[in-house]
Amino acid sequence: MYGSLFSSFDTNLFDEFRRLESDMDQLFGRWPAGIRAVRRGTFPPINVGSTPDRVDVYLFAAGLDPKTLDLSMQQNLLSVSGSRKVEVSEEADYYRRERFDGDFRRVITLPDDVDPDRVDAKYRDGVLQITVQRRESARPRQITVN
Amino acid sequence: MAATQAVAKRESTEVEATKAREEELTLAPPVDIFEDAHGITVQAEMPGVSKDRLNVQADRNSLLIEGEAALDMPSGMEALYADVQATKYRRSFVLSGELETDRIEANLKDGVLTVRIPKRAEFRPRKIEVRAD
Repeated sequence: MYGSLFSSFDTNLFDEFRRLESDMDQLFGRWPAGIRAVRRGTFPPINVGSTPDRVDVYLFAAGLDPKTLDLSMQQNLLSVSGSRKVEVSEEADYYRRERFDGDFRRVITLPDDVDPDRVDAKYRDGVLQITVQRRESARPRQITVN
Repeated sequence: MAATQAVAKRESTEVEATKAREEELTLAPPVDIFEDAHGITVQAEMPGVSKDRLNVQADRNSLLIEGEAALDMPSGMEALYADVQATKYRRSFVLSGELETDRIEANLKDGVLTVRIPKRAEFRPRKIEVRAD
């Protein structure tokens, strides 16, 4: 009944963007990718940043129950799995269902010098931030020339 | 006179170019939209957005959702990998007249924005009793 209610303009732009993205995947897919790399658009999206002291992994996972999360580190391999349930209202008619619903797992290869014993994680505003410290010995040192 | 016009024209082109660049760097948050007897609900995912960086605007015809994600980053951080390459979220929807846009309610929890737009009373479905004689 309200099918025309929401602008189709948005959708078209978004679809166009998706198409471009898959074209790009085809283009870049010819080049060797990381063996654990996943398809673009996989939930949850991840950013990884580094400083000389630490490596931070950000998982963009809104509406998560932190209790469902399972984090593990094996050497420099970080695995994060969990589940996100989106509540579905039985009496409602859905026009769009774009939000991810279900179990997820992502494995991230971190730089070799991270210390698997010093990992911290916090969840705020829908972002899970995992901080892994680098080993002291791997940090750049200032060398004085006499 | 002609010179002024040229300047004005150039400025507007620059404004348009800036606008186009900003649009490129905007993420469209994934949404669920559903309707029940009372109204329409929009649920949008905007991880990293706190309440003070969120903007929900509605007039009679449209609903605009905007937000800016802020991450806790140490200084001097370099990106090793990035699925998310923008920090601004924006998406808008066209509304129709039977919705009561001045009674919209919005709630943000763990990066999920829920917007409830009630229907005007006269548009809520009424159960019609069928009498059997």
